[in-house]
Amino acid sequence: MYDGKKIIPGLILFLGLVTYPFWHNAVSGKTGYIPKPKLPADKKECVEPKDYIRINHKNLLDGWKESVVRKGGTIYMASNRKRYTMSLNRTCMNCHKDKAEFCDQCHNYMGVTNKCWDCHIYPKQLEKG
Amino acid sequence: MEFDRRGFLKIAGLTVLGLAAKPGWELFSKVEPQELVPSPETLAKKRWAMSVDLKKCWSVKGCRDCIDACHRIHNVPDLGTLKEEIKWVWTAPYENVFPEHELEYSEEDYRHQPVPLLCNHCDDPPCVRYCPTRATWKREDGIVMMDFHRCIGCRYCMAGCPYGSRSFNWRDPRPFIKKVNLEFPTRTKGVVEKCNFCEERLSRDLLPACVEACKEKALAFGDLKDPESKVRKTLQSRNVFQRQPELGTKPKVYYVL
Repeated sequence: MYDGKKIIPGLILFLGLVTYPFWHNAVSGKTGYIPKPKLPADKKECVEPKDYIRINHKNLLDGWKESVVRKGGTIYMASNRKRYTMSLNRTCMNCHKDKAEFCDQCHNYMGVTNKCWDCHIYPKQLEKG
Repeated sequence: MEFDRRGFLKIAGLTVLGLAAKPGWELFSKVEPQELVPSPETLAKKRWAMSVDLKKCWSVKGCRDCIDACHRIHNVPDLGTLKEEIKWVWTAPYENVFPEHELEYSEEDYRHQPVPLLCNHCDDPPCVRYCPTRATWKREDGIVMMDFHRCIGCRYCMAGCPYGSRSFNWRDPRPFIKKVNLEFPTRTKGVVEKCNFCEERLSRDLLPACVEACKEKALAFGDLKDPESKVRKTLQSRNVFQRQPELGTKPKVYYVL
């Protein structure tokens, strides 16, 4: 091979740089990182079971938005027949008081951005100024 | 025991039936979560409207109670400039609001008196026709609603509204709100906003904030379909005007003098 002395180290360097994120995380021990959203200590039950919420919270909130804004509904009847007010602030954020400790944990990990808080306000947001 | 074809089919059938019992029971006994939404018919039983008694309104000079109450609870920012002003309730001189009223030689000079203005919640709202995303629409109870989630900020509705009831957020309004009301969201840069007849208060059986704030009881709010409602009573008593009725939008904010 012509210029093998240059090409092979070059290739090794290239592969090293390309895979940098992987081995950097492996070395710093981040591969085993699991996001831990902090659950409210004094509340036992969410609107729906945990497994349902974990997968479908976005659809649930989207449905709530649609009902409240466009259809004039305010009450949500959960699958256990309990009734809840459909409100991000008054229902969700009433238990999950700090967005940074709850929502952001998974959203940041997954690289998800949403624009809820451009308009809606959670109580802790005001404290910071 | 002889195990024939017939016997095998019987047992196989029973087994399948037995296995299907539990999932079948679960499937049919499950309660689907649902949103309890008032039916269009219940909403359509009402037609919200407002009347403004101008004489009562003018009895206190320079009063801004209705404007302040509305803007406080709806997180309406005060940007300080006329160009970027955001308003849900505001005032304009009588002669500008009702230019068709010739008042030159009338006994009392109304011409410079401030008339409180807000979204007229028209029966045939031009803004709704213009909105390309259906971010604004007319509810069955007559309220012309806005869905801020869906507004793309094209401002067609502002061009369409003959009453100037709509304002555009040219910049992030948050820093310009003196005291944020947690019960109501703020808006974001690039959406249009206007009076919503306090739809969020009506759903909790409260009167609109401006009506509640007016100490002179100049504002009356109620259901036009109910002959006993306050609005209907006010409309029967005196001279009634609407803003630019010739446009055919059928405004539902009435002015009595």
